[in-house]
This record gives sequence, structure tokens and C-alpha cells, in this order.
Amino acid sequence: MELTISIILGFMIIGAIYALHAKDLLSAVIAMGIVGYGLVICFLLLKAPDLAIVQIVVETITLVIMVAVVLDSTRKELEIIFDRRALLNRIASFLIFAGLFYFFLIAIESLDPLGEHTLRMAEPYVNGAVEHTGSINLVTGVLFDFRAYDTLGEAVILYTAALGVLTLLRMKGEK
Amino acid sequence: MSMEGMSTIVKKVTQLMAGLIFMYGFYIILHGHLTPGGGFAGGAIIAGAFILLILAFGSSALKLKNEVGGSSNTESLAILVVVILALLALMFGTKIFFFNYLPKGEAGELLSAGVIPLYNIFIGIEVAGAILTIFLALIIFKEESSK
Amino acid sequence: MIVYILCFVLFLVGLYGIITRRNLIKIAISLSIMEFSIFLILVLIGYIENGLAPIVDTEISGQLYVDPLPQAMVLTAIVIGLATTAMLMAIAIRLYRKYKTFDIREIKNLRG
Repeated sequence: MELTISIILGFMIIGAIYALHAKDLLSAVIAMGIVGYGLVICFLLLKAPDLAIVQIVVETITLVIMVAVVLDSTRKELEIIFDRRALLNRIASFLIFAGLFYFFLIAIESLDPLGEHTLRMAEPYVNGAVEHTGSINLVTGVLFDFRAYDTLGEAVILYTAALGVLTLLRMKGEK
Repeated sequence: MSMEGMSTIVKKVTQLMAGLIFMYGFYIILHGHLTPGGGFAGGAIIAGAFILLILAFGSSALKLKNEVGGSSNTESLAILVVVILALLALMFGTKIFFFNYLPKGEAGELLSAGVIPLYNIFIGIEVAGAILTIFLALIIFKEESSK
Repeated sequence: MIVYILCFVLFLVGLYGIITRRNLIKIAISLSIMEFSIFLILVLIGYIENGLAPIVDTEISGQLYVDPLPQAMVLTAIVIGLATTAMLMAIAIRLYRKYKTFDIREIKNLRG
């Protein structure tokens, strides 16, 4: 399992690096699709079918919106400027990355190896779910009964985003 | 994205497929407590069926201003019903917001799990309305600014 | 452990894109890549070997299931990522109509 997911992650990293350096914006958007659909395969391998359905539909809708925005405007990527500010950006970013990597290596020492997770927090959710909520889908039971506030917050965020897009893209009063 | 639609073959196939995709999305919403899926997945699939119709027939064949009013009202009403259902739990049940108060049948049946299928249906309608509103706002903006 | 390190490398690729790129569309793509890496690491933590997908089979008892709590959190996060990307795209198309470019340095310099 570790080897398979590592290979898929390798493809995702190559796709992500290409998406940053592509000279055409449409190619960059399609290369983002590599990362998104590779994530779907990883979710299916990690026994999470709920997430795979949501991720595949949401990734398709995101790609359609981004292609619509890119094709309606310029497709050309800007030229690379090698001035002092860009060089300072890159040097500072590599220093920050070295520091973050060191702290990450310290942080994952306390994690269990892949596949030997002990259910500490989800123990009452898994054992008492079917009698308490009555649904045999554990993820739906957790989302709508034990953690219903988070679901309400997510619905409100999606509603606010729809209203925000509707407000931003109004053409009244502009001549 | 052009103002006119695509060729005749694409239009005919879309007319056949859009109904099936809508029904599949509704099946996933309704069986949210039995099989993988639930409100969010089914809502996104239903929005995908409508987006397919808009892309195949072009933006000049539909009156899009009326559509965005309809989808925006639908999503607002759906989230209002979700909050009202959660507030009703304050009256029945034991004074806890979001308590699961309807009778739970035996596990594995379609009419079980209390109030969870109702939550699934209305959150599914809300997600479909929100994604459709975002997409329609983009298309209307593109059409109006290129006149 | 190598899987966690590769996930973090994907996160760093996204962070590099946000810091150094000037094009607004590439900044949106890099933000999306950072979010995907975090989804993967959350679901990886909750994986149990020989565990089934979290749909309970009522006849068999004592079966081991994959942890459903990180999956519920990531389900919420995927939809929030869609909302964020949609808002960023609306801002991008509005800025392009006004300034005719996606370059963030030019947009900062022009006033009104």
C-alpha cells in the first residue's frame, strides 16, 4: 500500500511542478487535473468511497470554471523577470522550506506507521453509531448527528460563496 | 465558451443523458445513510446535470436571467428549511440543537435513521443550487461584458 | 513514513508557487494544490490495515473499520475548497476586465 501511494504521489508532484512552469495557461489548468484525479485514485485505495465521489465531481466542476475563465481572457503566461526581487523571493523561499522540513521531521516522529492507527477519538463513534443514529453509513452518521454543527457551517460557507460571486459579477450601473 | 450550442449529435445525447444523471444524483442523496454518498455528493451530481445542459445548448437558447433568480431562491429556501428542521429539535427531544428526534426504524431500511434522510435531501438541494448559481453568474457576466 | 514526506513535498511545491509566481491563475492553482496535499495526509493518518470501508455490516460483529472521523472532516474541506476557488476565479475575471492583465505587480501599481 505504501509503495502504490508513493508512486501515485510521485506522478502528482511531477504534474504540480509542470503546472507551475507551463508557458500556456490552459496547459497549467489541465495539469492541475492530474493532481485532482490522482487524489481520487488515492482515496479509492484508502477505502474512502464517499470522498472519491465528492472529489471527482468537484474537481470536474472546478476545471470547467477555470477553463471558462482562462479561455475568455489571455492564454499567454508572462515573461520571467530576473530582477532583484524575484531572486530574493526564491532564496527566502528555500530558506523557509529548509526550516519547515526540519520541523516536519520532528513532528512526524510521534505518528504511528501507516496502517496501525488506534481509534482513540472515534471509538464511541464507531461502536455506538448504529444504535444511536440508526444509519449504517458511519461517515453520514458522524457528519449529520455527532458533528452536525460543522455541516451547518459548511452549508453556510457554500451559500455565502454563491452570494459573493453573484454580487461580484454584477454589471448594473457600469457604462 | 460560445454563445451558440454544439452540434446536433451532442444536443440529442445530452437530452437523453441529463435525465439519467439527475435521477442518479437523486438516488445517491436518498440512500445517503445506506451506501456511500450523502447530501454533498448527490447535490454536486445534480448540479453537474444542469451544467451539462447549459454547455450543450449554448447560452443563447436559454433566458439566463430568469434561471439565476430561480436557482438563487431555491438554495436560500433549502438552507432555511435545514435550520428550521434543526430548530424543531429544540421543541421535541431533549432541548439539544440538532437532536435526532424522529423514530429510528431498523438499520438497513430506507425509512430509518430518524431525521438524517431529511437533512440529506435539503442539503443536497442547497449544494446543487449554490453550484448552479456560481456557474450561471460566470456565464451571464461573460455574455454581458462581451456585447 | 516516506508517504508523509512526499505529501509534505507536494505542499511545499504549492507554497513555492504562491510565493514566486506573478500570474493570478497560477496562484489559484497553487492554492488548490496545497489543499489537496492536506486532504491526502488527513486520510492517510486514519487508515487501518485490513479495515473495511466505513459501511457497517450488521450481521458480522467485531469487524475492523477505517477511521470515519478524518473522512468526515475532509468531506467538509473539499466543498470549502470549491467555494474558495470559485470566489478567486470571480475576482480574477473582474480584475482582467478592468486592467487587461493577470500580473499582480501591474495591478498593484495602477491606481483607479
